[in-house]
Amino acid sequence: MSGHADIAVAKPDAVAVHGASGHEQRGIDTTLMGMLLFIASEVMFFAALFGAYFNVKASASVWPPEGTDFITPVPIPLIATIILVSSSFVMQWGIWQIRKGNRTAMNRAVAITVLLGVIFLGLQAYDYYNLVTNENFGINSGVYGTLFYTMTGFHGAHVLGGVIGLIVILTRGMQGQFSSRHYMAVEAVSAYWHFVDIVWVALFATLYLLR
Amino acid sequence: MATTALPQARPYGRSWSTWIYSWVTTTDHKKIGAMYIATSFAMFMIGGVFALGIRTELAQPGLQFLTPDVYNSLFSLHAITMIFLFVMPMTTGVANFVVPLQIGAADMAFPRINALGFWLIPPGAVLILSSFAFGGAPVGWTMYAPLSTKTADQGIDLLVLGLILLGTSSILGSINFLTTTFKLRAPGMTLLRMPMFVWANMVTSVLLLFSVPVLTAGLIMIFIDRNYGGGFFDPALGGNPILWQHVFWFFGHPEVYVLILPAFGVVSEIVPVFARKPLFGYRAFVLATASIGALGFTVWAHHMFTTGAVYLPFFSFFTFLIAVPTGIKFFNWLATMWGGKLRFDTPMLFACGFIALFLIGGLDGAFLAVVPFDFMVQDTYWVVSHIHYVLVAGAVFAIFASLYYWFPKMTGRQLNERLGKLNFWLLFIGTNLTFFPQHLLGLDGMIRRIADYSPNAGWTQLNFLSSIGAFIIALSILPFLWNVFVTLRRPQDAPDDPWDAYTLEWATTSPPPVYNFDVLPPIRSERPLFDLKYGSVAAHAVALPAGPDQSHGEFRIDPPEEFLGQPVEGHEDASGATRGVAAEVSAAAPDATGVAGAGTSEQAEAEQKLADRETKGDTPK
Repeated sequence: MSGHADIAVAKPDAVAVHGASGHEQRGIDTTLMGMLLFIASEVMFFAALFGAYFNVKASASVWPPEGTDFITPVPIPLIATIILVSSSFVMQWGIWQIRKGNRTAMNRAVAITVLLGVIFLGLQAYDYYNLVTNENFGINSGVYGTLFYTMTGFHGAHVLGGVIGLIVILTRGMQGQFSSRHYMAVEAVSAYWHFVDIVWVALFATLYLLR
Repeated sequence: MATTALPQARPYGRSWSTWIYSWVTTTDHKKIGAMYIATSFAMFMIGGVFALGIRTELAQPGLQFLTPDVYNSLFSLHAITMIFLFVMPMTTGVANFVVPLQIGAADMAFPRINALGFWLIPPGAVLILSSFAFGGAPVGWTMYAPLSTKTADQGIDLLVLGLILLGTSSILGSINFLTTTFKLRAPGMTLLRMPMFVWANMVTSVLLLFSVPVLTAGLIMIFIDRNYGGGFFDPALGGNPILWQHVFWFFGHPEVYVLILPAFGVVSEIVPVFARKPLFGYRAFVLATASIGALGFTVWAHHMFTTGAVYLPFFSFFTFLIAVPTGIKFFNWLATMWGGKLRFDTPMLFACGFIALFLIGGLDGAFLAVVPFDFMVQDTYWVVSHIHYVLVAGAVFAIFASLYYWFPKMTGRQLNERLGKLNFWLLFIGTNLTFFPQHLLGLDGMIRRIADYSPNAGWTQLNFLSSIGAFIIALSILPFLWNVFVTLRRPQDAPDDPWDAYTLEWATTSPPPVYNFDVLPPIRSERPLFDLKYGSVAAHAVALPAGPDQSHGEFRIDPPEEFLGQPVEGHEDASGATRGVAAEVSAAAPDATGVAGAGTSEQAEAEQKLADRETKGDTPK
């Protein structure tokens, strides 16, 4: 708050002890801290879903239930994984660019990230469509189906949230609102995107690889 | 300045629409805090009416007043209302008002998210309470599966959705509090100089941040099971009903500390002020608060001892362990009072009531940690009694203490002491009369959540006593409401620092301006306002030997001109002429410089001033 700067000026002894720089400029940025705390709460949300998965898995006699062999890591889930992981790298490259003040490159990186996110969602929708129509595997097909659709579905919802956030960033970036000194909104959305990516890696490992 | 060239903002008129508009659109943490407090107090009274319904039915054996189905919804929504719509928003509201002031900030870190956090509460409340119109929600506040997944009433869906909204509000609030506490502290306010209330609120926020999302996930699972044919908690589909208990109590036990830690913080603010001593063992207190927060995540399964699905020694051990930091706090409060110059104004009365009664609740909680005892009293009135001794005698007493304590700061008006004391004694008697007999009922084997009991069970008299107590609790609210109503019609005549306190919120006007502080005192300890008012007196009274004509134990007022390069009498410029107490110190101190040659008349004069100030502080009005 700008009020504190005035206070520091009005109070010479405090300035001498604590420095005139104020207290807001030091340490982590306020926006980024808010986002990181939000991500911490989201981690707990997914931790509860993973906990439910392992609790059910531990109490089941056969896991995964018989007749669910169609849940395979290749080809679609693997392609989706590669796309989402590479989108994280593209996003981080965009962050490095805006730190150097290269707005155009950052905008391009964000646009590519949005595109990759949308492709991921499209692949997930196709996968769902395939499972529901061809394999007759829905959210009510036993607890395995419930867990599968709840976990991947909430992850997909988070990807969608991330894509919306990235579109906001892209719009603002195209208006030239970011610079090498003012890019914390980009940093925050990027942190969220990385989080969504990491959750997917854990989901992929849990649901497809370590069945 | 550039701003002077801008057209003046249209001043708020006196019409209702502008008044309402100013509240609905506000991002001021003080106004949002006030809205939280008003909303949750209304919910307190609704939840209280539910409780009166329960106690009226239980006053006599037989079903006279309610049907069993309504009774089930009533006790469920009593608990949900009191926990999620009263205690949590109330402590959030008090913290919303107090925390930015106590750390010397102008507002919260995210003022608009703060407003959003509040405005999620009324829709959540509407959803939850409207479940009565859709078959009720007869599932208990614990919503155990498969009862919650197999009962058809749509009220349960509304309850689930309402709780998800309230949980979102809590998460947003805790993100905001943590960011505010870490980023917006005034210069000099290090973490170990923060008031205990801020510490308590910080740990509470961490607990909320890590536990509420788990509840949200669990509620979503219930919703999927109910509406989309999911199988999380259905063994027929491969699910596991115990899973709900794990998910719920992983949230539910930290939640208990979410309800009580702010209360601990309030009591830790009030006791030192009214004992006129620094808080005993500040660092131990901080450590105890943090360790309660950490241990709070290790004890959830002590609610599930009788399921046979949990490792009993582990959870029993950690439940005992968590009593240790709580005990540290008790001893620290008592040590703070020990030898202090106690004043029993209403906030202190409530704080002492809290200490006395929470001890009972804490001890009968420790009984429950003993596994064989827990097997005996599981789901009996012993548990009901325990939860009410920690939540009514704990949280509610501390909430009243905080309202009486901060009311002058919030409104600029001081609540009437006589009505406050009436409120306290009625609540104290009512609480004990209601909940102590329930210990005995529990040991006698009366199980909870029943609408009726046999007249031959021998429970009739104790239940009748308990019901009388419930109505005395209800009665105790009336003096408070009348007190607030009458006081709000009086002029704003409360002093800035009515209790002679030491934290920063008392260093600004009552009520504070929109931007909170014109100027902050220097912060060099956890008691910045004490330093401002008495620093030059206290620092040198201790350090110097007594003079020939002076006995030990008396103050000597002889501050040096400067200390470590800082001018000691430089407080005037920081405090300003409006701060009555501070100006007095500054006036007293220069008179007394060079005390070696000072005449006895000067010394007597200075002592007289000190004595004046003490008597003034004794009877704040």
